[in-house]
Amino acid sequence: MATTTQARTAAKPVTSLSNEEILRYSRHLIMPEVGMEGQLKLKNAKVLLIGTGGLGAPLGLYLAAAGVGHLGLVDFDVVDFTNLQRQVTFGSSDVGKHKTAAAQARLSNLNPDIRIETFETKLDSSNALELFKDFDIVVDGTDNFPTRYLVNDACILLGKPNVYGSIFRFEGQATVFGMPDGPCYRCLYPEPPPPGLVPSCAEGGVLGVLPGIVGSIQAMETIKLILGRGDNLVGRLLLFDALGMKFRELKLRKNPQCPMCGAQRTIHQLIDYYEFCGIRGEEAPAPELGVPEITPRELKSRLDRGDDLFILDVREPHEYQICNLRGNLIPLGELPRRVHELDSSREIIAHCRSGKRSAEAVDFLRKAGFRKVLNLKGGILAWSDEVDPSVPKY
Amino acid sequence: MAVKVIIPTPLRSYAGKHESAEVSAGTVGDALGGLTTQFAELRKHLFTDDGKLRSFVNVYLNDEDIRYLAKENTPTKDGDTISIVPSIAGGSCANANVDRGIR
Repeated sequence: MATTTQARTAAKPVTSLSNEEILRYSRHLIMPEVGMEGQLKLKNAKVLLIGTGGLGAPLGLYLAAAGVGHLGLVDFDVVDFTNLQRQVTFGSSDVGKHKTAAAQARLSNLNPDIRIETFETKLDSSNALELFKDFDIVVDGTDNFPTRYLVNDACILLGKPNVYGSIFRFEGQATVFGMPDGPCYRCLYPEPPPPGLVPSCAEGGVLGVLPGIVGSIQAMETIKLILGRGDNLVGRLLLFDALGMKFRELKLRKNPQCPMCGAQRTIHQLIDYYEFCGIRGEEAPAPELGVPEITPRELKSRLDRGDDLFILDVREPHEYQICNLRGNLIPLGELPRRVHELDSSREIIAHCRSGKRSAEAVDFLRKAGFRKVLNLKGGILAWSDEVDPSVPKY
Repeated sequence: MAVKVIIPTPLRSYAGKHESAEVSAGTVGDALGGLTTQFAELRKHLFTDDGKLRSFVNVYLNDEDIRYLAKENTPTKDGDTISIVPSIAGGSCANANVDRGIR
């Protein structure tokens, strides 16, 4: 990183545009709100995008197209097929490539006159300040609480604006944190939800256009901050309900007692954000329930043998429609009140998509007195991998 | 007095999939009490075991955060709207709080 930092600080402000650039940005230049002065501000601006996924896609595309002269892209992930429904920077041929590299190729093609710097790394407390320090604005397009608190705290410590956007299914939030006298993320939410109270995978999912809209709002706010034009979302929380097609706005106040940006600051350096969010361990945040399991291959051979097994599918009805193992559907949430439908004398194999929800179901049933109940290890995904590839993965 | 409580997407599954509910209440606390009586499952998502509003759930009376009014004792009047605004982090199907890092 040392060499790129040197290159960054060595760059002198640009004071003119080439004729090609004047043509490219003509629809900006003829607007008095942007003009040559504004376009040069954009060209001299350095914006760091945290995440190149759903929110990062419109952010990267619009900021590159607008002529933001230096874009930094932080992501460690690889493009997969499930990304393409919303991460419009990527094409089918990018599947399997690193997101930062694929995004760099796409954005360079869109605008060869800007500099795109990639950081193929996982943002954490040890690298955030170093990554952020040479950029003017940080845009948060992440998808998890630990990184959101990390981005907030690093921005406050360095005095950088943090353009925030967040989505859930068909609802979005956007605002600008980290401005002088403005609130920060901790003013809005002093603490993250404990892992157990966050909606599960079954209730997850996102309408593909939603990050497009929320990410575009973040791009607009970023450009306004660079231009110094208009009223930005500082002190206002914008809520967007895509189903009702409603925008609402709530007042967002700076909390005088905020531990991060208040007068009596108690946080002076980056902390362990996984611990703060109640998540321990890198890849296994959910406590292991330690329930008895059966592998897909074992299950297949027992079914082939004609064993009397009751297959309990604890997913949601709309997931059953995608694919199923011809099991009996009782969604996890309905299990407590439908438990009487199950025969405890029969052997029960519970499954879900990945094995997580069904582990909870097995745990619940064992506590309810069921003795012969096993969890299908790895769920329907593992069944597809190990037994029947004709079963689609989702 | 009739007030409207807007239920956010992440909590709708605990509120009979309703987007909003009309409750009769004199204070914000009454309104939330009425709501959690109507939808018992909502209670643990809004309140801690000792009955305090959870710190990752913000409540607004019209466009003002009740933390800067009289909190749960904030009086309501006919036609007011209460919004429950929980923190959302994400995201895709990956559990929003699961460590998938940045996407």
